[in-house]
Amino acid sequence: MNEFVETLLDLTWHEPKKSYDVVIIGAGGHGLATAWNLATKHGITNVAVLEANYIGSGNTGRNTTIIRANYGIPESVRFYQRSLDLYRALEGETGCSIVHSTKGLLWLAHTESGMRAERARALMNQACGAETVMITPEEALELCPQLDLSGGGRYPVLGASYHPGGATARHDRVVWAYAQGAMRQGVHVVPHTPVVGLLRDGERVVGVQTSSGPISAGVVLSAVGGRVTTVAAMADLRLPIRTHPLQALVTNAYAPGFGPIVASSELLCYVSQTGRGQMLMGAEFDSQPSYSMQSSYEFLQTVSTRMIHMLPFLRNLRILRQWAGICDISPDYSPIMGFTGVEGLLITTGWGTWGFKAIPAGGEAMAELIATGVTPKLIAAFGLSRFAADHAMADQGSAGTR
Amino acid sequence: MLWITCPTCGERPVSEFRFGGELPHVPDSIIDADAHNLDWVWMQNNVDGITTERWFHVAGCRRWLTLRRDTSTDRVV
Ligand SMILES: Cc1cc2nc3c(=O)[nH]c(=O)nc-3n(C[C@H](O)[C@H](O)[C@H](O)COP(=O)(O)OP(=O)(O)OC[C@H]3O[C@@H](n4cnc5c(N)ncnc54)[C@H](O)[C@@H]3O)c2cc1C
Ligand SMILES: [Zn+2]
Repeated sequence: MNEFVETLLDLTWHEPKKSYDVVIIGAGGHGLATAWNLATKHGITNVAVLEANYIGSGNTGRNTTIIRANYGIPESVRFYQRSLDLYRALEGETGCSIVHSTKGLLWLAHTESGMRAERARALMNQACGAETVMITPEEALELCPQLDLSGGGRYPVLGASYHPGGATARHDRVVWAYAQGAMRQGVHVVPHTPVVGLLRDGERVVGVQTSSGPISAGVVLSAVGGRVTTVAAMADLRLPIRTHPLQALVTNAYAPGFGPIVASSELLCYVSQTGRGQMLMGAEFDSQPSYSMQSSYEFLQTVSTRMIHMLPFLRNLRILRQWAGICDISPDYSPIMGFTGVEGLLITTGWGTWGFKAIPAGGEAMAELIATGVTPKLIAAFGLSRFAADHAMADQGSAGTR
Repeated sequence: MLWITCPTCGERPVSEFRFGGELPHVPDSIIDADAHNLDWVWMQNNVDGITTERWFHVAGCRRWLTLRRDTSTDRVV
């Protein structure tokens, strides 16, 4: 979304004040959801969300919108299930349509080891409160008649884990539901105002330096996606984050009604149909870290070849657009949320290629932490201090699809 | 797309290589031994600019090489 939308909405825009209780850096999903929760759930409205570019210009405006909870470790499954539930209620809570649609997610397995991994995932999910079941190839075909069960002769479908709660939502509508909701409560959302430094009082962070002057703050939250290393460095904070590009593509429209989201653990790619009928696809992130948002022809080749093994009808469609975003990848594929060891500075990062689905629960938890000063149980395992404590939260369930 | 010049095999596409990570560089300001180890193992400079890193030519000569790359443009320098 862009200035066009900003002017269409009936909202009051503010120049930033000299001081706030809470300053949030980055108007992506996580920053805005935190602001919205602070204002609506905790009555904290003296809050600014400062955005370098236009609102939602980061990964929240670039992702493939998949929402799911079938992760690989109990802490993640519980967290993402909470987010999946909050997404279901978001339209009612904000009064904004986010084009939320529960479609179910089919995760195909093409080898015996793939089947073992999916079985383990299904059992783990059930035990932790997310619904995931193993199904046969025939059942998969019933859910998605376009599947080629022989996998083009090379990737036969041996079975699949099925996650009925898998869903999608319009990403820019999610951004604006939170932005609008927060602004109506008095939060200042300020576009085109990059944070270029952090104000310090000794070690403590006491505000931000922006393109339009200093702003003091009781607490600063960094919610800047792939640019987190730069912002953390302003407080001499070192992070285990690598910034990798992730690409996606859409085709022209296919007959509406393509059922579930389809992913494959071995082919490492996934597809869903958008509200306009376009087929929206993604794969794994670029292997080398980079801040360049260039997309590549190689990505188109790889994704197309793999997808056609699963869904041969795709060969008749045309690619309309491709794009990239830069993702904050953590070493254990789990988020990093909460205190940083630097007083006055909090972070929400490590959202990598999987953080859109996490926006409602991430925002809820970070707002609670800011309001109460206590880390909520749901995110206790995801603190930055886990690396020093040798408690990395390796989650294979993050990868493969987003 | 990124092309990498391998000392043995010449200029090859990035898909033939495995990224081996940036060369760890712990800031001089970190003197405490535990903090130093923590930084060495986990922390990343992750610069938006020129970085020195290791790559493995997995689908070629299967040797390691050191590369200087500008991460803001994704070009070898
Ligand atoms: C192609 C692609 C597909 C994806 N698919 C999925 C998916 O299907 N499902 C899923 O769950 N996740 C997916 N993701 C990941 C998801 O999009 C992100 O994890 C999520 O949007 C992160 O939200 P955020 O608010 O942390 O960051 P962002 O949305 O990136 O917001 C950060 C904001 O901070 C701003 N900023 C940066 N530096 C500064 C500064 N110094 N001062 C002020 N502002 C600053 C940026 O301009 C940006 O607007 C995908 C990502 C990509 C790129
Ligand atoms: Zn070589």
